[in-house]
Amino acid sequence: MSETTSAEFFATLLMQGFAGISLFSVLLLMALGLAIIFGQMGVINMAHGEFMAIGSYTTYILSVLASEQGWLDIYFPFSLIAAFIVAGVAGYLLEIVLIRHLYQRPLDTLLATWGVSLILQQIFRSVFGAREVSPELPEWIMGSVQPGEGIDIPVNGLFVLGLAGLVTAGVALMMFRSRWGLQVRATSQNRLIAGAVGIDTQQVDRITFALGCGLAGVAGAAFTTIASTGPTSGSLYIVDTFLVVVFGGAASMVGTLASAFTIGQAQSILEFLMTGSMAKVLTLVTVVGLLMMRPEGLFTAKVRR
Amino acid sequence: MLEVRNLHAGYGQSEVIHGLDFTVGDSEILAVMGRNGMGKTTLFKSLIGIVPVRSGSIQLKGQELSGEESFRRVRHGLAYVPQGRLIFPTLTVEENIRTGLDAASGGTVPDYVYGIFPVLHDMRKRRGGNLSGGQQQQLAIARALVSNPSVLLLDEPTEGIQPSIIKELARTLKRIRDLRQLSILVSEQVLSFTLEIADRLLVIEKGHFVHESRREDVDADSIARYLSV
Repeated sequence: MSETTSAEFFATLLMQGFAGISLFSVLLLMALGLAIIFGQMGVINMAHGEFMAIGSYTTYILSVLASEQGWLDIYFPFSLIAAFIVAGVAGYLLEIVLIRHLYQRPLDTLLATWGVSLILQQIFRSVFGAREVSPELPEWIMGSVQPGEGIDIPVNGLFVLGLAGLVTAGVALMMFRSRWGLQVRATSQNRLIAGAVGIDTQQVDRITFALGCGLAGVAGAAFTTIASTGPTSGSLYIVDTFLVVVFGGAASMVGTLASAFTIGQAQSILEFLMTGSMAKVLTLVTVVGLLMMRPEGLFTAKVRR
Repeated sequence: MLEVRNLHAGYGQSEVIHGLDFTVGDSEILAVMGRNGMGKTTLFKSLIGIVPVRSGSIQLKGQELSGEESFRRVRHGLAYVPQGRLIFPTLTVEENIRTGLDAASGGTVPDYVYGIFPVLHDMRKRRGGNLSGGQQQQLAIARALVSNPSVLLLDEPTEGIQPSIIKELARTLKRIRDLRQLSILVSEQVLSFTLEIADRLLVIEKGHFVHESRREDVDADSIARYLSV
Protein backbone atom coordinates (compact mmCIF):
# COMPACT_ATOMS: atom_id res chain seq x y z
CA MET A 1 0.00 0.00 0.00
CA SER A 2 2.91 2.31 0.74
CA GLU A 3 3.95 2.56 -2.92
CA THR A 4 0.55 3.44 -4.28
CA THR A 5 -0.35 7.09 -4.59
CA SER A 6 -3.49 8.43 -3.01
CA ALA A 7 -5.02 8.95 -6.50
CA GLU A 8 -4.60 5.27 -7.29
CA PHE A 9 -6.01 4.37 -3.92
CA PHE A 10 -9.15 6.40 -4.54
CA ALA A 11 -9.51 4.99 -8.06
CA THR A 12 -9.43 1.48 -6.61
CA LEU A 13 -11.86 2.43 -3.87
CA LEU A 14 -14.20 3.88 -6.48
CA MET A 15 -14.07 0.73 -8.57
CA GLN A 16 -14.61 -1.40 -5.50
CA GLY A 17 -17.56 0.82 -4.70
CA PHE A 18 -18.90 0.18 -8.14
CA ALA A 19 -18.49 -3.57 -7.66
CA GLY A 20 -20.67 -3.01 -4.60
CA ILE A 21 -23.25 -1.35 -6.81
CA SER A 22 -23.39 -4.43 -9.05
CA LEU A 23 -23.91 -6.60 -5.99
CA PHE A 24 -26.54 -4.12 -4.79
CA SER A 25 -28.37 -4.42 -8.12
CA VAL A 26 -28.60 -8.20 -8.03
CA LEU A 27 -29.53 -8.18 -4.32
CA LEU A 28 -32.22 -5.59 -5.03
CA LEU A 29 -33.74 -7.59 -7.89
CA MET A 30 -33.77 -10.69 -5.70
CA ALA A 31 -35.03 -8.91 -2.59
CA LEU A 32 -37.93 -7.21 -4.38
CA GLY A 33 -39.40 -10.57 -5.32
CA LEU A 34 -38.80 -12.07 -1.90
CA ALA A 35 -40.21 -9.00 -0.15
CA ILE A 36 -43.47 -8.81 -2.09
CA ILE A 37 -44.06 -12.52 -1.49
CA PHE A 38 -43.25 -12.25 2.21
CA GLY A 39 -45.27 -9.06 2.59
CA GLN A 40 -48.32 -10.47 0.83
CA MET A 41 -48.62 -13.93 2.38
CA GLY A 42 -45.95 -14.23 5.04
CA VAL A 43 -44.28 -17.05 3.11
CA ILE A 44 -40.52 -17.25 3.33
CA ASN A 45 -39.56 -18.76 0.02
CA MET A 46 -36.35 -20.70 0.55
CA ALA A 47 -36.41 -21.68 -3.13
CA HIS A 48 -36.17 -18.07 -4.25
CA GLY A 49 -32.51 -18.51 -5.17
CA GLU A 50 -33.38 -21.46 -7.40
CA PHE A 51 -35.90 -19.31 -9.26
CA MET A 52 -32.99 -16.98 -9.87
CA ALA A 53 -31.05 -19.96 -11.24
CA ILE A 54 -34.04 -20.82 -13.47
CA GLY A 55 -33.66 -17.34 -14.97
CA SER A 56 -29.91 -17.85 -15.44
CA TYR A 57 -30.34 -21.22 -17.13
CA THR A 58 -33.09 -19.84 -19.35
CA THR A 59 -30.64 -17.18 -20.48
CA TYR A 60 -28.02 -19.87 -21.04
CA ILE A 61 -30.34 -21.98 -23.19
CA LEU A 62 -31.35 -18.95 -25.24
CA SER A 63 -27.70 -17.99 -25.76
CA VAL A 64 -26.94 -21.47 -27.11
CA LEU A 65 -29.89 -21.22 -29.46
CA ALA A 66 -28.94 -17.67 -30.43
CA SER A 67 -25.34 -18.53 -31.23
CA GLU A 68 -26.56 -21.32 -33.54
CA GLN A 69 -28.75 -18.82 -35.34
CA GLY A 70 -26.26 -15.95 -35.24
CA TRP A 71 -28.49 -13.71 -33.12
CA LEU A 72 -26.00 -13.12 -30.34
CA ASP A 73 -26.18 -9.33 -30.60
CA ILE A 74 -29.89 -9.07 -30.00
CA TYR A 75 -30.97 -12.08 -27.92
CA PHE A 76 -30.15 -10.70 -24.49
CA PRO A 77 -33.12 -8.37 -23.92
CA PHE A 78 -35.43 -11.18 -25.00
CA SER A 79 -33.76 -13.53 -22.57
CA LEU A 80 -34.67 -11.13 -19.74
CA ILE A 81 -38.32 -11.38 -20.74
CA ALA A 82 -38.07 -15.14 -21.22
CA ALA A 83 -36.43 -15.54 -17.80
CA PHE A 84 -39.27 -13.55 -16.24
CA ILE A 85 -41.93 -15.66 -17.94
CA VAL A 86 -40.31 -19.06 -17.29
CA ALA A 87 -39.58 -18.34 -13.62
CA GLY A 88 -43.01 -16.71 -13.21
CA VAL A 89 -44.87 -19.69 -14.65
CA ALA A 90 -42.81 -22.06 -12.49
CA GLY A 91 -43.71 -19.95 -9.45
CA TYR A 92 -47.40 -19.91 -10.40
CA LEU A 93 -47.40 -23.72 -10.62
CA LEU A 94 -45.53 -24.09 -7.33
CA GLU A 95 -48.11 -21.87 -5.62
CA ILE A 96 -50.99 -23.97 -6.90
CA VAL A 97 -49.39 -27.35 -6.23
CA LEU A 98 -47.73 -26.67 -2.88
CA ILE A 99 -47.64 -23.22 -1.28
CA ARG A 100 -51.36 -22.49 -1.02
CA HIS A 101 -51.87 -25.63 1.07
CA LEU A 102 -49.39 -24.32 3.63
CA TYR A 103 -50.58 -20.78 4.34
CA GLN A 104 -50.75 -19.93 8.05
CA ARG A 105 -48.00 -22.51 8.66
CA PRO A 106 -44.76 -20.52 8.39
CA LEU A 107 -42.42 -23.28 9.57
CA ASP A 108 -43.93 -25.78 7.17
CA THR A 109 -43.55 -23.42 4.22
CA LEU A 110 -39.95 -22.84 5.25
CA LEU A 111 -39.23 -26.57 5.20
CA ALA A 112 -41.29 -27.28 2.11
CA THR A 113 -39.69 -24.52 0.03
CA TRP A 114 -36.28 -25.63 1.25
CA GLY A 115 -37.14 -29.09 -0.05
CA VAL A 116 -38.21 -27.55 -3.34
CA SER A 117 -34.88 -25.75 -3.50
CA LEU A 118 -32.96 -29.02 -3.06
CA ILE A 119 -35.10 -30.73 -5.69
CA LEU A 120 -34.53 -27.90 -8.15
CA GLN A 121 -30.78 -27.93 -7.49
CA GLN A 122 -30.67 -31.63 -8.30
CA ILE A 123 -32.72 -31.08 -11.46
CA PHE A 124 -30.23 -28.41 -12.56
CA ARG A 125 -27.37 -30.79 -11.82
CA SER A 126 -28.98 -33.61 -13.80
CA VAL A 127 -29.91 -31.47 -16.78
CA PHE A 128 -27.03 -29.00 -17.07
CA GLY A 129 -24.31 -30.88 -15.18
CA ALA A 130 -22.47 -29.91 -12.03
CA ARG A 131 -20.08 -27.61 -13.87
CA GLU A 132 -20.89 -23.96 -14.03
CA VAL A 133 -22.12 -22.63 -17.34
CA SER A 134 -21.96 -19.16 -18.84
CA PRO A 135 -24.11 -17.86 -21.66
CA GLU A 136 -22.24 -16.28 -24.52
CA LEU A 137 -22.83 -12.58 -24.04
CA PRO A 138 -23.27 -9.97 -26.75
CA GLU A 139 -20.27 -7.72 -27.47
CA TRP A 140 -21.96 -4.54 -26.31
CA ILE A 141 -22.28 -5.75 -22.75
CA MET A 142 -18.57 -6.57 -22.35
CA GLY A 143 -15.67 -4.19 -21.75
CA SER A 144 -15.59 -1.10 -19.66
CA VAL A 145 -15.75 2.66 -19.79
CA GLN A 146 -12.99 4.91 -18.44
CA PRO A 147 -14.39 8.09 -16.97
CA GLY A 148 -10.97 9.02 -15.56
CA GLU A 149 -7.39 7.84 -15.46
CA GLY A 150 -6.97 4.45 -13.82
CA ILE A 151 -10.72 4.05 -13.35
CA ASP A 152 -12.47 1.18 -15.13
CA ILE A 153 -16.22 0.93 -14.84
CA PRO A 154 -17.47 -2.34 -16.37
CA VAL A 155 -20.39 -2.02 -18.81
CA ASN A 156 -22.13 -5.13 -17.50
CA GLY A 157 -22.25 -3.51 -14.07
CA LEU A 158 -23.83 -0.39 -15.54
CA PHE A 159 -26.31 -2.57 -17.43
CA VAL A 160 -27.35 -4.48 -14.31
CA LEU A 161 -27.66 -1.24 -12.37
CA GLY A 162 -29.88 0.26 -15.07
CA LEU A 163 -31.99 -2.89 -15.17
CA ALA A 164 -32.41 -2.94 -11.39
CA GLY A 165 -33.47 0.71 -11.51
CA LEU A 166 -36.04 0.06 -14.23
CA VAL A 167 -37.47 -3.03 -12.56
CA THR A 168 -37.68 -1.30 -9.17
CA ALA A 169 -39.50 1.64 -10.73
CA GLY A 170 -41.82 -0.79 -12.51
CA VAL A 171 -42.62 -2.69 -9.33
CA ALA A 172 -43.16 0.55 -7.39
CA LEU A 173 -45.50 1.79 -10.10
CA MET A 174 -47.49 -1.45 -10.03
CA MET A 175 -47.56 -1.50 -6.24
CA PHE A 176 -48.85 2.06 -5.89
CA ARG A 177 -50.81 2.64 -9.10
CA SER A 178 -52.33 -0.66 -10.17
CA ARG A 179 -55.37 -2.49 -8.92
CA TRP A 180 -53.20 -5.50 -8.12
CA GLY A 181 -50.92 -3.30 -6.00
CA LEU A 182 -53.84 -1.89 -4.06
CA GLN A 183 -55.17 -5.39 -3.43
CA VAL A 184 -51.75 -6.58 -2.27
CA ARG A 185 -51.42 -3.69 0.17
CA ALA A 186 -54.93 -4.26 1.48
CA THR A 187 -54.50 -8.03 1.84
CA SER A 188 -51.16 -7.75 3.58
CA GLN A 189 -52.76 -5.49 6.21
CA ASN A 190 -55.84 -7.55 6.91
CA ARG A 191 -56.51 -10.66 4.88
CA LEU A 192 -59.96 -11.48 6.30
CA ILE A 193 -61.30 -7.97 5.87
CA ALA A 194 -59.79 -7.72 2.37
CA GLY A 195 -61.88 -10.77 1.47
CA ALA A 196 -64.93 -9.29 3.16
CA VAL A 197 -64.72 -6.10 1.05
CA GLY A 198 -64.63 -8.17 -2.13
CA ILE A 199 -60.98 -8.92 -2.87
CA ASP A 200 -60.21 -12.40 -4.20
CA THR A 201 -57.23 -12.83 -1.91
CA GLN A 202 -56.23 -16.24 -3.25
CA GLN A 203 -55.94 -14.92 -6.76
CA VAL A 204 -53.87 -12.01 -5.46
CA ASP A 205 -51.63 -14.59 -3.77
CA ARG A 206 -51.14 -16.55 -6.97
CA ILE A 207 -50.30 -13.47 -9.04
CA THR A 208 -47.98 -12.12 -6.36
CA PHE A 209 -46.10 -15.39 -6.00
CA ALA A 210 -45.69 -15.70 -9.77
CA LEU A 211 -44.54 -12.09 -10.05
CA GLY A 212 -42.04 -12.47 -7.20
CA CYS A 213 -40.57 -15.60 -8.79
CA GLY A 214 -40.52 -13.88 -12.18
CA LEU A 215 -38.49 -11.05 -10.66
CA ALA A 216 -36.03 -13.62 -9.31
CA GLY A 217 -35.80 -14.93 -12.88
CA VAL A 218 -34.90 -11.45 -14.14
CA ALA A 219 -32.28 -11.23 -11.39
CA GLY A 220 -30.91 -14.55 -12.64
CA ALA A 221 -30.70 -13.34 -16.23
CA ALA A 222 -28.90 -10.20 -15.06
CA PHE A 223 -26.65 -12.35 -12.87
CA THR A 224 -25.26 -14.17 -15.92
CA THR A 225 -23.49 -10.97 -17.02
CA ILE A 226 -21.55 -10.87 -13.75
CA ALA A 227 -20.80 -14.49 -12.89
CA SER A 228 -21.28 -18.01 -14.20
CA THR A 229 -24.22 -20.19 -13.20
CA GLY A 230 -24.05 -23.49 -11.35
CA PRO A 231 -26.70 -25.64 -9.67
CA THR A 232 -26.07 -23.94 -6.32
CA SER A 233 -25.61 -20.35 -7.55
CA GLY A 234 -29.01 -19.33 -6.23
CA SER A 235 -28.41 -20.60 -2.72
CA LEU A 236 -25.28 -18.43 -2.45
CA TYR A 237 -27.43 -15.33 -2.73
CA ILE A 238 -30.45 -16.35 -0.69
CA VAL A 239 -28.94 -15.55 2.74
CA ASP A 240 -27.88 -12.06 1.71
CA THR A 241 -31.28 -11.52 0.15
CA PHE A 242 -33.05 -12.45 3.39
CA LEU A 243 -30.77 -10.10 5.23
CA VAL A 244 -31.78 -7.31 2.86
CA VAL A 245 -35.50 -7.99 3.28
CA VAL A 246 -35.42 -8.25 7.07
CA PHE A 247 -33.07 -5.30 7.51
CA GLY A 248 -35.14 -3.07 5.23
CA GLY A 249 -38.47 -3.81 6.88
CA ALA A 250 -40.62 -6.32 5.02
CA ALA A 251 -43.44 -3.90 4.23
CA SER A 252 -41.36 -1.09 2.80
CA MET A 253 -39.96 -0.79 -0.71
CA VAL A 254 -37.79 2.20 0.20
CA GLY A 255 -36.45 0.10 3.05
CA THR A 256 -35.58 -2.76 0.69
CA LEU A 257 -33.81 -0.30 -1.60
CA ALA A 258 -31.82 1.36 1.17
CA SER A 259 -30.99 -1.92 2.82
CA ALA A 260 -29.80 -3.58 -0.44
CA PHE A 261 -27.59 -0.58 -1.08
CA THR A 262 -26.14 -0.55 2.44
CA ILE A 263 -25.44 -4.26 2.53
CA GLY A 264 -24.07 -4.43 -1.02
CA GLN A 265 -21.72 -1.49 -0.42
CA ALA A 266 -20.67 -2.59 3.03
CA GLN A 267 -19.77 -6.07 1.79
CA SER A 268 -17.89 -4.84 -1.22
CA ILE A 269 -15.88 -2.06 0.44
CA LEU A 270 -15.10 -4.12 3.55
CA GLU A 271 -13.93 -7.00 1.35
CA PHE A 272 -11.40 -4.58 -0.09
CA LEU A 273 -10.12 -3.60 3.35
CA MET A 274 -10.12 -7.05 5.01
CA THR A 275 -10.75 -10.70 4.15
CA GLY A 276 -14.06 -11.79 2.65
CA SER A 277 -15.16 -13.71 5.74
CA MET A 278 -14.34 -10.86 8.09
CA ALA A 279 -16.32 -8.51 5.83
CA LYS A 280 -19.31 -10.84 6.06
CA VAL A 281 -19.00 -11.17 9.83
CA LEU A 282 -18.81 -7.41 10.30
CA THR A 283 -21.84 -6.82 8.06
CA LEU A 284 -23.86 -9.46 9.88
CA VAL A 285 -22.95 -8.16 13.33
CA THR A 286 -23.89 -4.62 12.34
CA VAL A 287 -27.22 -5.73 10.89
CA VAL A 288 -28.03 -7.84 13.95
CA GLY A 289 -27.13 -4.92 16.22
CA LEU A 290 -29.35 -2.50 14.29
CA LEU A 291 -32.21 -5.01 14.23
CA MET A 292 -32.03 -5.32 18.00
CA MET A 293 -32.67 -1.60 18.24
CA ARG A 294 -35.27 -1.54 15.45
CA PRO A 295 -36.89 -4.98 15.19
CA GLU A 296 -39.26 -3.86 12.42
CA GLY A 297 -36.40 -2.93 10.12
CA LEU A 298 -35.09 0.37 8.80
CA PHE A 299 -38.34 1.79 7.47
CA THR A 300 -41.85 1.43 8.82
CA ALA A 301 -45.01 3.37 8.06
CA LYS A 302 -45.90 5.89 10.75
CA VAL A 303 -49.57 5.47 11.48
CA ARG A 304 -51.92 4.67 14.34
CA ARG A 305 -52.92 1.06 14.37
CA MET B 1 -84.14 -9.83 -0.05
CA LEU B 2 -81.94 -11.65 2.49
CA GLU B 3 -83.32 -14.90 3.90
CA VAL B 4 -81.53 -16.74 6.68
CA ARG B 5 -82.84 -20.18 7.70
CA ASN B 6 -81.77 -22.27 10.69
CA LEU B 7 -78.27 -20.80 10.76
CA HIS B 8 -75.70 -22.48 13.01
CA ALA B 9 -72.19 -21.06 13.37
CA GLY B 10 -69.33 -20.91 15.86
CA TYR B 11 -65.64 -21.23 16.50
CA GLY B 12 -63.86 -24.57 16.72
CA GLN B 13 -65.79 -26.86 19.09
CA SER B 14 -68.14 -24.24 20.49
CA GLU B 15 -71.29 -23.25 18.68
CA VAL B 16 -72.34 -19.62 19.20
CA ILE B 17 -75.29 -19.21 16.84
CA HIS B 18 -77.97 -21.84 17.44
CA GLY B 19 -80.34 -21.94 14.51
CA LEU B 20 -81.40 -18.39 13.67
CA ASP B 21 -84.24 -17.62 11.25
CA PHE B 22 -84.91 -14.16 9.88
CA THR B 23 -85.60 -12.21 6.72
CA VAL B 24 -84.52 -8.73 5.73
CA GLY B 25 -87.06 -7.16 3.38
CA ASP B 26 -86.49 -4.82 0.43
CA SER B 27 -85.22 -1.43 1.66
CA GLU B 28 -85.82 -2.52 5.23
CA ILE B 29 -83.56 -1.59 8.12
CA LEU B 30 -83.48 -4.48 10.59
CA ALA B 31 -81.65 -4.14 13.91
CA VAL B 32 -80.24 -7.01 15.97
CA MET B 33 -79.89 -5.97 19.60
CA GLY B 34 -78.14 -7.73 22.42
CA ARG B 35 -75.48 -7.48 25.07
CA ASN B 36 -71.83 -8.29 24.54
CA GLY B 37 -71.13 -11.97 24.00
CA MET B 38 -74.64 -12.85 22.84
CA GLY B 39 -73.55 -13.67 19.28
CA LYS B 40 -74.14 -10.48 17.28
CA THR B 41 -70.67 -10.27 15.81
CA THR B 42 -70.48 -14.02 15.19
CA LEU B 43 -73.79 -13.80 13.32
CA PHE B 44 -72.42 -11.01 11.12
CA LYS B 45 -69.12 -12.78 10.53
CA SER B 46 -70.92 -15.95 9.49
CA LEU B 47 -73.13 -13.95 7.12
CA ILE B 48 -70.12 -12.47 5.31
CA GLY B 49 -68.12 -15.71 5.48
CA ILE B 50 -65.31 -14.93 7.92
CA VAL B 51 -66.70 -17.51 10.33
CA PRO B 52 -67.81 -20.72 8.60
CA VAL B 53 -71.49 -21.67 8.57
CA ARG B 54 -72.05 -25.09 10.22
CA SER B 55 -75.51 -25.64 8.80
CA GLY B 56 -78.48 -23.69 7.56
CA SER B 57 -78.90 -21.42 4.60
CA ILE B 58 -78.20 -17.80 3.67
CA GLN B 59 -80.04 -16.71 0.56
CA LEU B 60 -79.69 -13.35 -1.12
CA LYS B 61 -82.30 -12.76 -3.85
CA GLY B 62 -82.69 -16.55 -4.08
CA GLN B 63 -78.92 -17.17 -4.40
CA GLU B 64 -77.48 -19.59 -1.82
CA LEU B 65 -74.38 -18.02 -0.24
CA SER B 66 -73.60 -20.15 2.82
CA GLY B 67 -70.86 -22.19 1.09
CA GLU B 68 -69.30 -19.29 -0.80
CA GLU B 69 -66.12 -17.45 0.03
CA SER B 70 -66.35 -13.88 1.35
CA PHE B 71 -65.40 -12.11 -1.86
CA ARG B 72 -68.02 -14.04 -3.83
CA ARG B 73 -70.72 -13.08 -1.30
CA VAL B 74 -69.68 -9.46 -1.88
CA ARG B 75 -70.05 -9.95 -5.64
CA HIS B 76 -73.52 -11.36 -5.07
CA GLY B 77 -74.53 -8.19 -3.23
CA LEU B 78 -73.60 -8.44 0.44
CA ALA B 79 -71.41 -5.73 1.96
CA TYR B 80 -69.87 -5.72 5.42
CA VAL B 81 -68.84 -2.97 7.82
CA PRO B 82 -67.01 -4.78 10.62
CA GLN B 83 -67.13 -3.95 14.31
CA GLY B 84 -64.27 -1.60 15.14
CA ARG B 85 -64.27 -0.34 11.51
CA LEU B 86 -61.11 -2.24 10.54
CA ILE B 87 -60.18 0.06 7.69
CA PHE B 88 -56.71 -0.41 6.18
CA PRO B 89 -54.64 1.98 8.33
CA THR B 90 -51.67 2.57 6.02
CA LEU B 91 -53.75 3.05 2.86
CA THR B 92 -55.02 6.53 2.09
CA VAL B 93 -58.73 7.27 2.46
CA GLU B 94 -59.21 7.14 -1.29
CA GLU B 95 -57.32 3.85 -1.60
CA ASN B 96 -59.40 2.40 1.22
CA ILE B 97 -62.57 3.18 -0.70
CA ARG B 98 -61.11 1.80 -3.92
CA THR B 99 -60.48 -1.61 -2.32
CA GLY B 100 -64.25 -2.09 -2.40
CA LEU B 101 -64.58 -1.29 -6.11
CA ASP B 102 -64.89 -4.13 -8.60
CA ALA B 103 -62.68 -4.54 -11.66
CA ALA B 104 -65.26 -3.04 -14.04
CA SER B 105 -65.31 0.31 -12.24
CA GLY B 106 -61.94 1.46 -13.57
CA GLY B 107 -60.81 2.46 -10.09
CA THR B 108 -62.63 5.78 -9.79
CA VAL B 109 -64.62 6.49 -6.66
CA PRO B 110 -68.21 7.34 -7.67
CA ASP B 111 -69.32 10.91 -6.90
CA TYR B 112 -72.24 9.95 -4.68
CA VAL B 113 -69.83 8.54 -2.07
CA TYR B 114 -68.19 11.90 -1.48
CA GLY B 115 -71.68 13.45 -1.69
CA ILE B 116 -72.76 11.39 1.31
CA PHE B 117 -69.43 11.75 3.14
CA PRO B 118 -67.93 15.16 2.25
CA VAL B 119 -65.34 14.80 5.04
CA LEU B 120 -63.81 11.82 3.22
CA HIS B 121 -63.29 13.98 0.15
CA ASP B 122 -61.41 16.56 2.21
CA MET B 123 -59.22 13.83 3.70
CA ARG B 124 -58.86 11.56 0.68
CA LYS B 125 -55.04 11.83 0.59
CA ARG B 126 -54.58 11.07 4.31
CA ARG B 127 -53.81 7.65 5.68
CA GLY B 128 -56.91 5.91 7.00
CA GLY B 129 -55.23 5.14 10.32
CA ASN B 130 -54.88 8.83 11.11
CA LEU B 131 -58.62 9.54 10.98
CA SER B 132 -60.84 9.89 14.04
CA GLY B 133 -63.16 7.05 15.03
CA GLY B 134 -66.22 8.68 13.48
CA GLN B 135 -64.38 9.42 10.26
CA GLN B 136 -63.09 5.85 10.10
CA GLN B 137 -66.66 4.62 10.52
CA GLN B 138 -67.75 6.73 7.55
CA LEU B 139 -64.78 5.37 5.60
CA ALA B 140 -65.70 1.77 6.38
CA ILE B 141 -69.27 2.42 5.23
CA ALA B 142 -68.04 4.11 2.04
CA ARG B 143 -65.74 1.16 1.33
CA ALA B 144 -68.69 -1.20 1.66
CA LEU B 145 -71.04 0.98 -0.41
CA VAL B 146 -68.92 1.15 -3.54
CA SER B 147 -69.42 -2.57 -4.20
CA ASN B 148 -73.08 -1.69 -4.93
CA PRO B 149 -74.60 -3.99 -2.34
CA SER B 150 -78.25 -4.89 -2.04
CA VAL B 151 -77.80 -5.67 1.67
CA LEU B 152 -75.44 -3.73 3.92
CA LEU B 153 -74.27 -5.47 7.12
CA LEU B 154 -73.26 -3.04 9.87
CA ASP B 155 -71.76 -4.51 13.03
CA GLU B 156 -72.08 -2.09 16.00
CA PRO B 157 -71.50 1.12 14.03
CA THR B 158 -71.87 3.34 17.10
CA GLU B 159 -69.22 1.63 19.20
CA GLY B 160 -66.60 4.10 20.37
CA ILE B 161 -68.18 7.08 18.65
CA GLN B 162 -69.17 10.29 20.41
CA PRO B 163 -72.93 10.90 20.92
CA SER B 164 -73.24 13.94 18.63
CA ILE B 165 -71.81 11.92 15.73
CA ILE B 166 -74.17 9.00 16.47
CA LYS B 167 -77.22 11.12 15.60
CA GLU B 168 -75.60 12.18 12.37
CA LEU B 169 -74.73 8.55 11.58
CA ALA B 170 -78.40 7.57 11.95
CA ARG B 171 -79.46 10.28 9.49
CA THR B 172 -76.71 9.24 7.06
CA LEU B 173 -77.69 5.58 7.11
CA LYS B 174 -81.33 6.39 6.35
CA ARG B 175 -80.19 8.65 3.55
CA ILE B 176 -78.05 5.86 2.10
CA ARG B 177 -81.00 3.46 2.25
CA ASP B 178 -83.23 5.90 0.36
CA LEU B 179 -80.53 6.90 -2.12
CA ARG B 180 -79.16 3.45 -2.96
CA GLN B 181 -82.40 1.46 -2.42
CA LEU B 182 -80.68 -1.12 -0.23
CA SER B 183 -81.54 -3.10 2.87
CA ILE B 184 -79.55 -2.72 6.05
CA LEU B 185 -78.92 -5.25 8.81
CA VAL B 186 -77.40 -3.53 11.82
CA SER B 187 -76.35 -4.81 15.24
CA GLU B 188 -76.59 -2.41 18.16
CA GLN B 189 -76.53 -1.92 21.89
CA VAL B 190 -77.67 1.70 21.84
CA LEU B 191 -81.48 1.66 21.96
CA SER B 192 -81.97 5.33 21.04
CA PHE B 193 -79.94 4.85 17.86
CA THR B 194 -81.90 1.74 16.95
CA LEU B 195 -85.24 3.45 17.48
CA GLU B 196 -83.99 6.26 15.25
CA ILE B 197 -83.21 4.07 12.24
CA ALA B 198 -84.69 0.57 12.44
CA ASP B 199 -87.99 -0.48 10.89
CA ARG B 200 -87.97 -3.65 12.95
CA LEU B 201 -85.79 -5.05 15.69
CA LEU B 202 -84.75 -8.44 16.99
CA VAL B 203 -83.18 -9.20 20.36
CA ILE B 204 -80.53 -11.92 20.47
CA GLU B 205 -79.57 -13.78 23.63
CA LYS B 206 -77.09 -16.67 23.79
CA GLY B 207 -77.39 -17.30 20.09
CA HIS B 208 -81.22 -17.34 19.95
CA PHE B 209 -83.70 -14.60 19.08
CA VAL B 210 -85.84 -13.93 22.15
CA HIS B 211 -87.87 -10.93 21.06
CA GLU B 212 -89.09 -9.28 17.88
CA SER B 213 -91.06 -6.09 17.34
CA ARG B 214 -91.76 -3.40 14.77
CA ARG B 215 -90.51 0.03 15.66
CA GLU B 216 -94.00 1.49 16.11
CA ASP B 217 -94.90 -1.10 18.78
CA VAL B 218 -91.56 -1.20 20.59
CA ASP B 219 -91.84 -1.30 24.37
CA ALA B 220 -88.63 0.51 25.21
CA ASP B 221 -88.63 -0.68 28.82
CA SER B 222 -88.77 -4.38 28.00
CA ILE B 223 -86.01 -4.02 25.39
CA ALA B 224 -83.90 -2.09 27.88
CA ARG B 225 -84.31 -5.01 30.29
CA TYR B 226 -82.79 -7.36 27.70
CA LEU B 227 -79.87 -4.99 27.24
CA SER B 228 -79.11 -4.30 30.89
CA VAL B 229 -76.40 -6.37 32.50
